Amino acid sequence: MDYEIVIGLEVHLQLKTDSKMFCGCRNKFGAEPNTLTCPVCLGMPGILPVINKQAFDYALRAGLALNCKIDSFTKFDRKNYFYPDLPKNYQISQYDLPFAKDGWLDIKLTTDNKPLTTKRIGITRVHLEEDTGKLIHPEVRQEAGAEKTQLGYSLVDLNRAGVPLLEIVSKPEINSPEEAYAYLGALKEIMQYLEISDCDMEKGSLRCDTNLSVRPKGDKKLGTKAEIKNINSFKFVKNALVYEAKRQTELLKKGEPVIQETRLWDEKEEVTKPMRSKEEAHDYRYFPEPDLVPVIIDAKWLEEVKKNMPELPETRRKRLINQYQISEHETNVLTQEKAMADYAESGPVRTKTARNLMLGIVLQIINERKIEFGEFARKVPPENLLELAEQLDKKIIVSTMATTVLGKMLDSGKTAAEIIKGQGLEQVSDKSSLEPIIKEVIKNNAKIVADYKGGKKTAIQSLIGQVMKASRGKANPQIVKELLAKLLDN
Amino acid sequence: MELYKHTALEIRDMVLDKKVSSTDVVKDTFKRIDSVEPKIKAYLTLCKETALAQAGKIDEKIRKGEKIGQLAGIPIAIKDNISTQGIKTTCASKILSNFTPPYDAYVIKRIKEEDGIIIGKTNLDEFAMGSSCENSAFGPTHNPHDLSRVPGGSSGGSAAAIASDMAFISLGSDTGGSIRQPAALCGVVGLKPTYGAVSRYGLVAFASSLDQIGPITKDVRDAALMMNVIAGYDPQDSTSVKEFNSSKVEWFKRLEDGVKGLKIGIPKEYFAEGIDKDISKSVYQSIGLLEKLGAKTIDISLPHTEYGIATYYIIAPSEASSNLARYDGVHYGYRTTDYTDLMSMYHKSRSEGFGPEVKRRIMLGTFALSSGYYDAYYLRALKVRRLIKNDFDEAFKKADVILSPTSPIPAFKMGEKLDDPLQMYLCDVMTVSANLAGIPGISIPSGFTKSKLPVGLQILGKPFEEETILRVARTFERETDYHKTKPVI
Repeated sequence: MDYEIVIGLEVHLQLKTDSKMFCGCRNKFGAEPNTLTCPVCLGMPGILPVINKQAFDYALRAGLALNCKIDSFTKFDRKNYFYPDLPKNYQISQYDLPFAKDGWLDIKLTTDNKPLTTKRIGITRVHLEEDTGKLIHPEVRQEAGAEKTQLGYSLVDLNRAGVPLLEIVSKPEINSPEEAYAYLGALKEIMQYLEISDCDMEKGSLRCDTNLSVRPKGDKKLGTKAEIKNINSFKFVKNALVYEAKRQTELLKKGEPVIQETRLWDEKEEVTKPMRSKEEAHDYRYFPEPDLVPVIIDAKWLEEVKKNMPELPETRRKRLINQYQISEHETNVLTQEKAMADYAESGPVRTKTARNLMLGIVLQIINERKIEFGEFARKVPPENLLELAEQLDKKIIVSTMATTVLGKMLDSGKTAAEIIKGQGLEQVSDKSSLEPIIKEVIKNNAKIVADYKGGKKTAIQSLIGQVMKASRGKANPQIVKELLAKLLDN
Repeated sequence: MELYKHTALEIRDMVLDKKVSSTDVVKDTFKRIDSVEPKIKAYLTLCKETALAQAGKIDEKIRKGEKIGQLAGIPIAIKDNISTQGIKTTCASKILSNFTPPYDAYVIKRIKEEDGIIIGKTNLDEFAMGSSCENSAFGPTHNPHDLSRVPGGSSGGSAAAIASDMAFISLGSDTGGSIRQPAALCGVVGLKPTYGAVSRYGLVAFASSLDQIGPITKDVRDAALMMNVIAGYDPQDSTSVKEFNSSKVEWFKRLEDGVKGLKIGIPKEYFAEGIDKDISKSVYQSIGLLEKLGAKTIDISLPHTEYGIATYYIIAPSEASSNLARYDGVHYGYRTTDYTDLMSMYHKSRSEGFGPEVKRRIMLGTFALSSGYYDAYYLRALKVRRLIKNDFDEAFKKADVILSPTSPIPAFKMGEKLDDPLQMYLCDVMTVSANLAGIPGISIPSGFTKSKLPVGLQILGKPFEEETILRVARTFERETDYHKTKPVI
């Protein structure tokens, strides 16, 4: 029997608002523990929440970008449970009336050299809530090499408590780990383009819980699902789903039942494991948050949000192709990250050389050094990249020198001209200074010279290479070739 | 000097006219406290030093001829569930016995801005849950009119402090009658404002959708004075009403305008069986007096009155179960000394920290909200609440105000109802509906029973028409001496 995988994803996004969801505390990652708190986000007796308008504006952007229906009447609810990192012991969330529902997101799929296909994944709902604080369980290593032991206490950092969270719940319409991966990528891209979240999994600004079940192909009824929680990279999400799909399929094939439970992804062993069983099922006892009045989203407000919506990735791609007459492939590469697209559009996209630099050595250097595009952009602003392109166009440096120069630009923040001048990297086209080097190379490579003279004309390439090496890459290869031919043919 | 016998407005004017210094008023008040507090036990915390320091500053301001606030030099007592920066705010609970808030409630900020002097924090039923002021973790308060009786609850301390002249104005909170009922039992004025008229910021929540802060005073004019200070929009409270601009309300101007032509609704459901005979007799006399003064009475019906208590005792505990979840021994307040893990820390901290009435309501609320019961209890209660609100909307199409007794019975003996929570809950039968509907209500002294216990008259009004109920109350007060009849302590 063939089996079919059904996956639903719940994504939590931290919104990068100036302040928290219900108070004026700063919303910032990485500050000293408990420095960004006030009586409101500490849940002190007597305090009251006040809705952050910016968070709601951002949330509406997301709802609109995900093609959701925006309800004009929405409200907040309390979700009650006891957790030491949740100061009020209830979370202000949205239960039966989320502000956005019934949307969709298109994902692009490539499989085994088949052409790109698009699949539409339904979005069940999008709602707003507040984040919890963070628990730290200190451990120490008594002796070198020994196992770490937990100290007998836990610490609470409430800087994160009250940070606005957007929860995006997909319909169970994702049918493979690859699709899940593509969904997350597309979602992240849109959210970054909307400028509402960093979507940085490492910093926890994007978190993903997955639900996976398996059923005989063609069945309408969903199989029993397992939830996998707290996975902290897209790659792990994929790996966890691959493992979980295989585990459940094997169970079904053996005729054994799948147990509905919450599992964890163990990165080291590359398996999913059941979480410690809960003592009892959660009953969140939702009820309407009496400290907040319902939110009325009128046409005027929605219009204002639409007016301020940044351009979405697909729209941008289409515009770039038209505006700059560049290929779809080039566009896709240049827009894979909003920061990169912005960078390109601030100048480099307009000249072929600068564009090629971005598509070539810039990407290469970022991959090699494993840095974010943003970091690259800070050190090498677009005008510096344009200037490097100019140096190439004017043949001041050899194209093969570009990687070296860019590397030095990234290290020092200097301009290409400064580096070329400072290190004497200018292209040498002056025949009188090239001739002695060429003669030296001819003298030292008698065999290759003999091959050339014997009719193997391609041997000249090897000699050019030798000259380039001897000139530390600075020689103008065109001139070298001419000079070589002249000297050898004589 | 017996300054304590004056009303707040009289004292304020004496201070402003330099007939007496603010310092003398505070000293005299504390002298009074020293002499009667041991019998009444209205206070949980007294702030003599800071009060004297504050009085000194006000005297200095007056001496220098600087601008001075409306509460200049008036000693004010605050129910101990309202946050006061740097002063313990215990909610009369063991769980918060050592809690000192780092911030002021909105109303406290306003009092300070208007040069009022906070002299102490008053006793209450733990977390404002109760109708007798006996559910305090720190012991009960006594009714100044009969020390063997309760002052009513939950703002019993605030009402008793006014009745015994240990403060000129006090603040209480009213979730189901907690200002009006103790005001009635102690023979003072107690006003529950319209929901949204006074910011709840800093009021330790019991039931958020019902709670309101309000004044307890010696007479109606003082209540108007205090409303003038504490009412108004506060951006820190989302349920505070923007359209209600307190500065535009002429709190005093219409106060003396009388009741001629005013239509007073008499709801038949509030004069049913179960009301103490002396009380109903007194209330009918009061109605007669208002008619004599030019008001018209009309019979009205509030048909869903009988569901008020049941509805209230679903909604209030439900919200309370959530509001009180934060007291878990983790972040602040009492933590048990004996625990093995997180769960046992929660269990024991809460078991040891909360009193029986609070536990009872947390359990009630948790049950009513739990899945499978939510629709049958909480959701249904919300629907009935709407019906009760509709009753009032209908009634107010015909009547300008509604009159009733405040409490069905006068102050009862301490301990009398403590073992019968349902009997205790019935004390709120006349008051809860106003909270469910969000409308304002006032209780004023309107007579005494044969055994010389105060009787309270309740006047309910349309939303944000505090002016009207204050005017009716003032008209009544002008013609009677009940509010001037002081207990012998």
